[in-house]
Amino acid sequence: MDTQSQPKTILEAKNVSKSFGGPLVLKNVDFQIRPGRVTALIGENGAGKSTLMKILSGVYSDYSGEVWFDGKPITFDNPKHAKETGISIILQELNVLPNLTIAENIFLGREPENRWGFIDRPKLNQDSKQYLQKLNLSVSPDTKVSTLKVAQQQLVEIAGALSYDAKVLIMDEPTSALSDQESGLLFEIIREYKNRGGAVVYISHKLEELFKVSDEIVVMRDGKIVDSGETQSFTRDRIIRGMVGKETGKDFKKAEATIGSEVFRVEDFELELKRTTGNCVLRNINFTIHKGEVVGIFGLMGAGRTELLEGLFGAFPKESSGKIFVEEVERQIHSVQKAIAAGLALVPEDRKTQGIIPGMSITKNLTLASSVNESQGVFVKEKEERATTKKFIDRLGIVTTSPEMQISKLSGGNQQKVVISKWLNTSPKVLFLDEPTRGIDVNAKSEVYELINELAAEGKGILLVSSELPEILTLSDRILVLANGTITANLLREEATKEKIMHVAIPST
Amino acid sequence: MNMKQNSFSIPGISWKKFQSLIAILLLSAILAIMTDNFLTADNLWNVLRQISVNVCISVGLTLVILTAGIDLSVGSVLALAGAVTAGVLKNGIGIPVLNIYLEFSLFGAILSGLFVATALGAVNGLAVTRFNVPSFIATLAMLTIARGLTMLWTGGFPVTGLGDSFAFIGTGWLLGVPMPVWITVFVVAFGMILTNKTKLGKYIYAIGGNEKAAYLSGINVKKVKMIVYSLGGLMAGIGGMIVTARLDSAQPNAGLTYELDAIAAVVIGGTSLYGGRGTIIGTVLGALLIGVLNNGLVLLNVSPFWQQVIKGLVILLAVILDRLQAEDDE
Repeated sequence: MDTQSQPKTILEAKNVSKSFGGPLVLKNVDFQIRPGRVTALIGENGAGKSTLMKILSGVYSDYSGEVWFDGKPITFDNPKHAKETGISIILQELNVLPNLTIAENIFLGREPENRWGFIDRPKLNQDSKQYLQKLNLSVSPDTKVSTLKVAQQQLVEIAGALSYDAKVLIMDEPTSALSDQESGLLFEIIREYKNRGGAVVYISHKLEELFKVSDEIVVMRDGKIVDSGETQSFTRDRIIRGMVGKETGKDFKKAEATIGSEVFRVEDFELELKRTTGNCVLRNINFTIHKGEVVGIFGLMGAGRTELLEGLFGAFPKESSGKIFVEEVERQIHSVQKAIAAGLALVPEDRKTQGIIPGMSITKNLTLASSVNESQGVFVKEKEERATTKKFIDRLGIVTTSPEMQISKLSGGNQQKVVISKWLNTSPKVLFLDEPTRGIDVNAKSEVYELINELAAEGKGILLVSSELPEILTLSDRILVLANGTITANLLREEATKEKIMHVAIPST
Repeated sequence: MNMKQNSFSIPGISWKKFQSLIAILLLSAILAIMTDNFLTADNLWNVLRQISVNVCISVGLTLVILTAGIDLSVGSVLALAGAVTAGVLKNGIGIPVLNIYLEFSLFGAILSGLFVATALGAVNGLAVTRFNVPSFIATLAMLTIARGLTMLWTGGFPVTGLGDSFAFIGTGWLLGVPMPVWITVFVVAFGMILTNKTKLGKYIYAIGGNEKAAYLSGINVKKVKMIVYSLGGLMAGIGGMIVTARLDSAQPNAGLTYELDAIAAVVIGGTSLYGGRGTIIGTVLGALLIGVLNNGLVLLNVSPFWQQVIKGLVILLAVILDRLQAEDDE
């Protein structure tokens, strides 16, 4: 790393660490951004890229270490402060207000006023035009943003950043919703901005892009910077090696699997979801799960892992199609109720927004999914529910003072155990686990691993989605890789390596 | 602040329940001292009879609000239900095309009114679940539709002279308790059993607490909402029976702005407008607080203008407390 010959830094993180109450997600990170250069930042999901960027752009202010701007230490009070200092961040999800015009979006909160105190529209549009021209966007500034294409909306955001006279532009997966041609235009703009002395941080999973657009590459893993250097000195392999690391297997031992007969099969599953953040299209999904087998699904952010699980679980009956067999009998799964009745269970990805009802007790949460079977009458069977809850509290070691405690008062790991219990209580044949260890501490994590072992030993089929490669490798008997809207690999435990998986997981552009 | 609230979150007992109960007791104590006639049997029955309609409506509204919805149409639905019952009771229905004339027994007339109210509630539910209309808008539309239908049905004139047996519902006494209070007790008991003891009640809380999680747990969210809005209509219809019977007359303007008192009762009772949190008993106490406050302000000869201001301030205070607790929960 020959940093001496490079221009001095404009923005710098010095020895920055950060935790969200649990383990450190950033560990003593030193990161430099230099004017006139594009720094690519890459790492697995959860490596700490976004957290670091959020610290540098003023979103988080509670971290240890220092942020330096233009040779002086600085503490951003909020994102606005960072923006006014000259640091703009463009997130994956667009941050434009679709019902306002382009010009209104660019100058939001800083509209020029005429002498009556009203918005000076001619000046607003005139000023906006100047930035749009820089970006080769030949649209009138008083066009409503909602009528623009996604790529154009993104340009409006960039125009907003430029209008703040941004010295640092941070882009988090900016091309995820763009076509190749649109991406090309974006790179053009980045290059031009760089040549005028701007500094860019570019986050992307698309390696080809990084080579095309960046001057230097920084690789993060587990909250640390593990590799960095000039882009020319990098190869695809070197990046992947940095991302996945060398250390293997934790102290957890996977139990010897006894794999039985087929318990779940999906044929020609398709899903098409329209979303403002980009559509999710899955095609040609075919796979099987056997009794006692743990099938891991790995995919990078945006590969459609969660959508796949929810789709198989009957959550998108109108948007999906395909055949699903449970124990070799075809089941029509047009609703979540049907999925439960067929013996499927889904522990969802985001515990807070999809897993728990925060205001309800442990007991009520735990018995929610099992009670939807209508044959069981109108009334809540309180005695039974209490007994069930007690059973699972003992079995999974849920730490609580009372089964009637509000679930939101438990720790993340214990909440997750309640959610898992909720599904075990439906006596499923197949369990879909979507990021079952996200946001829980190390101990709870290994308990969840143990549990997965146990469930497999009981003969349940398990479909495990995780964005953590080591987790997938440790737990799975077989690994499916999801990329480009379909399954790009089906690897046996013995043949799967981090490198192999990462190679097929990174979407080809 | 935090500690204190935590110590109150004993399962099944919400500190807010005590809050309105304490307010009611305090207010009653003050009124007992300051007026001669507050603490008389007559006056207390009077208060209960006066709040009975609001309690009926509010129980239904609580269910809707627990799912994070709202029902603004209750006042109009109440009026239409009363008008339908009064109309068919008095005149029957003629269907000239089929050359049919239907006469209704008292029971049949009441059922017709309640049926219409439930159906309008179901239409609210349909708009919310099938067409994704925000409940605020759907029920606002129903507010004017039902009022308009009431005017069309009655021609804008009161329907009077409904007979003693119907009037008994509003003015009679049974075992020393006024009939409206009996009806209200049944409605409240129904609401309490529904929310505390049934699976449907559990789903209502679950949907209001986290709709996505409820959906992914296999709860038929649309069906539950349909039932809840229909019940909201039914409860308003029951309120309509009481109002109509008490006046022995179906007024086309009956129930105007009743939705506001009902929302006030629900909110004062500690039900969160964001859904998932609240109790029927809280709502009853909320309605009781409003009732005692109204009664006391009259007994104290407070000007009607000031009465409105004070009532408004009480509602505001209740919502502020609700927000404070919601923030603490997060």
